[in-house]
Amino acid sequence: MGGYGDVQCIDDNGIRLDGRTKDEVRPVSIETGVIPVADGSARIRWGLNDCIAAVYGPMEAHPRKIQRQDRAVLDVRYNMAPFSTTDRIRPGFNRRSREISKVTAEALESVVLTELYPRSKIRVEIEIICAEAGTRCAGITAASVALAHAGIPMTDMVVSVASGKVHDIVVCDLNKEEDNYGEADLPMGILPNTGELVFLQMDGDLSPEQFQEAWDYNMEAAKVIHEEMVRALKGGDE
Amino acid sequence: MVMNGGSVARLDNMSGDNGADGPRRSRQAPLLVAPGDDLGDSGEYEAGHGVLAINGRLRALKQGRMNNRGGTVSIEPRRTSYVPRPSDLVIGYIEGCTSNIWFIDIGAPFNAILPMSLGPSKAEFGGIRKVLDIGDAILCRVQEVEENHSSVVTMKGMGLRAIRSGSVEEIDPHLLGRLIGRGGNNLRQLKEDTECRVVAGDNGRVWIDGDLDGIINARDRLNALLTEAKVEEFGGDA
Repeated sequence: MGGYGDVQCIDDNGIRLDGRTKDEVRPVSIETGVIPVADGSARIRWGLNDCIAAVYGPMEAHPRKIQRQDRAVLDVRYNMAPFSTTDRIRPGFNRRSREISKVTAEALESVVLTELYPRSKIRVEIEIICAEAGTRCAGITAASVALAHAGIPMTDMVVSVASGKVHDIVVCDLNKEEDNYGEADLPMGILPNTGELVFLQMDGDLSPEQFQEAWDYNMEAAKVIHEEMVRALKGGDE
Repeated sequence: MVMNGGSVARLDNMSGDNGADGPRRSRQAPLLVAPGDDLGDSGEYEAGHGVLAINGRLRALKQGRMNNRGGTVSIEPRRTSYVPRPSDLVIGYIEGCTSNIWFIDIGAPFNAILPMSLGPSKAEFGGIRKVLDIGDAILCRVQEVEENHSSVVTMKGMGLRAIRSGSVEEIDPHLLGRLIGRGGNNLRQLKEDTECRVVAGDNGRVWIDGDLDGIINARDRLNALLTEAKVEEFGGDA
């Protein structure tokens, strides 16, 4: 969230750099079954983001100290490939990826019926192949579809989307320039069937009115993305 | 926001002339559901496998096909993990051992244990790896499933043995019914046509033993059968 420089991300007619209006979502496509050896997998292409999620398990939790007697644990690993951005990313985990893995696990734990698999582990691997902006949202959404594809019982699927503020204008689903030069962003994890919220972060400042506007954009965008998720799951794979 | 109106699987979408059997008897496209889909008012319906009743509404927990039989609404999942039950015939792999116990991967969330007393009779304390080593496949039966989901398997029984030849294939456990067929017809036909021994474990692992051509033929037949079953079940790509 830079907020510096003189990059104009949105013109006087409200058209953004990639030609979208302020309430439009980048094109989203999802496919399932992309990793045949996994129990469930999904690939999401969201704008220039390209993300693969694979689910393994439920399986015996190792090491034993991570076992929970009353439920399964979600072992989520979010990782960006070194070639996913223009600046090479040092391979391996860093503070950002650990944070995103943690918030993703917590968002998904609210929908997965973990109590059906006590003492076991469900491993979720999220790999960002190409990053534009909103990779944590793409990761959560892909992981959600992969869990459903693996046949893990869930009360709903989590759809994650981020809106934000660019030059004092609230826009839906930030792209790279808006993410870099904008003033705020608001990623949210939404349960589309009930409208419940399972994950929210905010970077930058939004007035209450702007927050409400970003919230509304996210809620509407979640419905569009959820349709694509359902289409991918019902449409067949392999 | 653009929203495309898709057909939603609900109880009231089921044609009345299908009776209680719903879509199963009909030639209509199957009613596919994704996790979180609202299946309608619970009313006089009971929630079966893969369905949860929340606040008087039925909600799908899994991806799959909705069935309504005798007032019980259930989901026939597209993918599922194996949950062991006593007396299940299963094919497992040795994953580890102590002086007198083998740990068996039976494809369930937890490894099963095979105590020396229930293993092959020639096993001796401290030398059990000489009889069954890590990586070996065995045909065994689930003897006991404890409250904490751990299970005990036995190799004492007719036909239970170490698998030293042939090939072990894996299919989704819920597709076993289609492999076996009504009264075992499909499986019998497969054995006759390929002149192979074919043993279908309840955990979705199928042991095929015979000459090489027969095994290859059986594997091809198995794959064709499952592809056909999936196309028939879900339509579109298998």
